[in-house]
Amino acid sequence: MLRNLTNRLLLIGLVLMLAIWVDTNEIVQIPNPFKDDGSPLFQVDVKPRLGLDLQGGLQVLLEADIADDVKVSREEMETARNIVENRTNALGVSENIIQLAGERRIVGEFPGAEDTDAILDIIQQTGLLEFVDTGTYAPSEGSTLQTDFLPGSSTPQTPADGTTVFHTIMTGNVLQGVNVSVTQTGEPAIDFVLNSEGAAIFAEHTSANTGKYLAIVLDKQVISAPIIESAITGGQGSISGNFTPETANALAVQLRYGSLPIPLKVVETRIIGPTLGEDSLQKSLVAGLVGFVIVALFMIIYYRLPGLSAVLSILAYAAILYAVFKLIGVTLTLPGIAGIMLSTGSALDANILIFERLKEELRSGRSLRQAFDQAWKRAWPSIRDSNVAALITAVILFWFGSSFGATIVKGFSFTLAIGVIISLFSSLFITQSFLALLFNIVKPTNYERSMGI
Amino acid sequence: MNILGKRYILFGFSLLIIIPGLIIMFTRGIPLSIDFKGGSLLEVKFDAAQPAPGEILDVYDASGIKDSQVQTSDSGSFIIRSEFMQNETRDAVLTALTAKFGKLEIVRFDSVGPSIGEQVTSRGTLAVIVSSLLVVLFIAWSFRGVQNAFRYGICAILAMIHDVAIIFAITAYGSLLFGWEIDALFLTALLTVIGFSMQDTIVVFDRIRENMSIYRRLDFEALVNHSIVQTLQRSINTQLMTVEFLLLALIMFGGATLQEFASILLIGLMSGTYSSIFIAAPILVLWENREWEKWFKPKALAG
Repeated sequence: MLRNLTNRLLLIGLVLMLAIWVDTNEIVQIPNPFKDDGSPLFQVDVKPRLGLDLQGGLQVLLEADIADDVKVSREEMETARNIVENRTNALGVSENIIQLAGERRIVGEFPGAEDTDAILDIIQQTGLLEFVDTGTYAPSEGSTLQTDFLPGSSTPQTPADGTTVFHTIMTGNVLQGVNVSVTQTGEPAIDFVLNSEGAAIFAEHTSANTGKYLAIVLDKQVISAPIIESAITGGQGSISGNFTPETANALAVQLRYGSLPIPLKVVETRIIGPTLGEDSLQKSLVAGLVGFVIVALFMIIYYRLPGLSAVLSILAYAAILYAVFKLIGVTLTLPGIAGIMLSTGSALDANILIFERLKEELRSGRSLRQAFDQAWKRAWPSIRDSNVAALITAVILFWFGSSFGATIVKGFSFTLAIGVIISLFSSLFITQSFLALLFNIVKPTNYERSMGI
Repeated sequence: MNILGKRYILFGFSLLIIIPGLIIMFTRGIPLSIDFKGGSLLEVKFDAAQPAPGEILDVYDASGIKDSQVQTSDSGSFIIRSEFMQNETRDAVLTALTAKFGKLEIVRFDSVGPSIGEQVTSRGTLAVIVSSLLVVLFIAWSFRGVQNAFRYGICAILAMIHDVAIIFAITAYGSLLFGWEIDALFLTALLTVIGFSMQDTIVVFDRIRENMSIYRRLDFEALVNHSIVQTLQRSINTQLMTVEFLLLALIMFGGATLQEFASILLIGLMSGTYSSIFIAAPILVLWENREWEKWFKPKALAG
């Protein structure tokens, strides 16, 4: 049937072997034969990633908490995104995804997250650390202080209700390094190193105000208020307070990654229980399998030999699609699975279009060889045009989904687009080669039995 | 098989489904889910107790939360919708529920600010308009070899609008009968059907395009009818596959939200195939014959 059938089958075999290699491993690597230390020549992590709806977890939509008419720069949002990512990564939550969505929104996804409050807390705190001169007043730990430092304004403001406003001598910006340590009494504490600017301010203040209180304040809340016992000139210090190892660690993380350039508010949180997740995953797998068996039976009973080649081709399509998803690192979600199903439908449609043509050509009395050639040639314009239209729609949906954090739409359109492209390769190239091979082996003469005519 | 001869009956059939649905939609409105409206949705499952929905409502009322509605799901969990709840309020409600009915498990908790809805709907509509325009242009370009290429694009869009109208009508019925709401998944289903509808119409039109160069003498109506009949087997088989596949798979997913999604998708996809054959192609013929000129003339003259 096809002149270069051997080469085609070799190519398909190679692609399939690669696909199955990626499909069945979590890490694909090629060892370097010239080195003995075991360092690989090539290595990609292809662990399958399951989305929130399959695995359970937390999704948070954050928005810049400032007036609508104030413009937020892309840079500020990007910085905020980085800080949120660093903070949450440092908390030991793995595989989380923090993305910008639109001009003033950030979407955070934390698959498998259980302690949602901890995540929300660390995201929401602006993390503004202040060193406040309270003079002879000793504020109690945990109390709230009014300070003269306000983000975005340089002039101290007097509050209306007459409470005292204390002077902030410096903020967390001057911190260079932050570490958690344990004091001699076994209490967790936070050691910090100041940069040269901070060290100078700190040295000047501590030498002039020995015996006075210096409050360490986070987000206007007093963490501790030690007495300055002597001038500190080395640019190093330590914060001790009522810490547990966890709170000390969380605070250190916050200080290390700095304060947010813009305040963020939580617009939406979705906690997706793992029960729903596991349930959906299992159900979708069963559903996919049942659906596939029915379609495969229908195809083989109705179209016989061509049907068989289509089923094999769809299996190859599934293997390649899964490998591509793993390589790109697509996070699989339920809408994503819906997108895959639709593109599988598109692959089936292409096969059906071709086989209906094949039957038509055979009925009109053409030889098997002519009919085979004509079927693909005639079906091509309709397959091409309908798939291009599907791709146009998928691209627009993807654009719509990614600019608004509508992850449902995004996941759906992305898998649809990739699926449509691979389905074209499957129906045009793989089905054709397999069918040619089947025709070569079977050499059908009875079209009723072999083709369902 | 003369399909086109019955075109006005087919148009009437579609209108019979669409018009009452749209009347419901415009008079009563289809409720928007919290994805659009803003609010909170809490789904909980109790370990032992199976309280009556009214008892749960009492807990909400006691906590001072308004607009609460309780639904039970097939899996025995409770879906409680209410006005917007802060995390503290949610925790208070959960504590109150645990105190009254024993240990519970949070299946999901959604809270959505109302601002999302406006942006998503306006952008969504824009996305549909942009993709429609692009597809019309693409079809016009792809059919540039035949006469009046633009008509094919416009008829494909009319068929798509028909499918969108069907979806809204069905959702309106669903809202009346089963309390369906328009949510983010509805949008996904809608956009899927739009994509499928265009894809399907193009396959039928492609056959017309091909036959135009084969049967040059044939009258347009007969040619279109012949093209439809030729692609009918493919239409049925593809519909069976895609729908069977999706139907079985998605109905098995279960879950209140996904079942609504699956039903809308199912009807939308069927409508996508239906409209290619019974709406898009007949309109093409209607346009070619300029039939609207005869609509208001007495029968005797037309005959």
